[in-house]
Amino acid sequence: MKRATLDALTRESAAPRIRALDRASGEERLIDPFSDETPLGLAARAAARADTSGEIEIDGRTWFLEVHNPPLELVLVGAVHIAQPLAKMARLAGYAVRVIDPRAAFATEARFPGVRLHQGWPDEILAAFPLGSRSALVVLAHDPKIDDPALEAALASPAFYVGALGSKKTHAARLERLSARGFDPATLARIRGPVGLAIGARSPAEIALSILAQMTQTLRT
Amino acid sequence: MSEELRTAAAWLAEGRKVALATVIQTWGSAPRPAGSQIVVRDDGAFLGSVSGGCVEGAVIEAALSTIADTKNRELEFGVTDAEAWNVGLACGGRIRIFVEPVEE
Repeated sequence: MKRATLDALTRESAAPRIRALDRASGEERLIDPFSDETPLGLAARAAARADTSGEIEIDGRTWFLEVHNPPLELVLVGAVHIAQPLAKMARLAGYAVRVIDPRAAFATEARFPGVRLHQGWPDEILAAFPLGSRSALVVLAHDPKIDDPALEAALASPAFYVGALGSKKTHAARLERLSARGFDPATLARIRGPVGLAIGARSPAEIALSILAQMTQTLRT
Repeated sequence: MSEELRTAAAWLAEGRKVALATVIQTWGSAPRPAGSQIVVRDDGAFLGSVSGGCVEGAVIEAALSTIADTKNRELEFGVTDAEAWNVGLACGGRIRIFVEPVEE
């Protein structure tokens, strides 16, 4: 790998980048998959979308397409108890984690070491830091004033996972409120609620595990 | 951005020599997908994985040779290899790995 390629790939970027490598000739190219309309560029775009590196043959040359996608991101709304193990587990799984909570006592460095904390209202924070296609958002606050605006922002975004903590009854009431705000059933169906895979989770860590498992399933299958 | 590449950049900045090993192709049930990488420093320190730990030792050895002679290398591992008893994939898959120097 050339030093210039390494430098480009280690620069912060919200866009995917692809290294194309022809091992036979040793040629290496850095591809911007969203502006390159050549056959190699289009193949790189498909590889980035699938988040899958691999070999492809174009005009008799074999290229290895090495996908470097921006990191996965998890936004937790509500700096509550469950958010603590979920933030830790998600970081282990490769997610950059952000926690949003307007309540000063909840979103503290002591409770969330190493996590980016936003003390403010979700609609304002999410307008300033919009969700992308590699973002997941989970609302945990149990407070519609905090949770609902976050869900509205998530449903308007390409986030791959939107989850909402709460019982079936809580979730039904939530869907009714959002429906009254103009969201159609197909859009509301994007919300995973009650959140997480049904693994009989009880403790906050177990619930966090069920949520991370469902996020993984949504991302990879 | 990957932790492996970030580490490669940090090691180069310290004046160390570095090689990169990348899974190019997998067949069957391979433990890590294509694109998985290990970065290896000239003293044998490494970060990342290309298998479940089965072939890392041999890959690091090849990476150190690449650091020494700056030549690319290709390695292939699978249970069908003659050397399967000491280095191979217990899972039954097969992987091809490309080893290259990271230019200073």
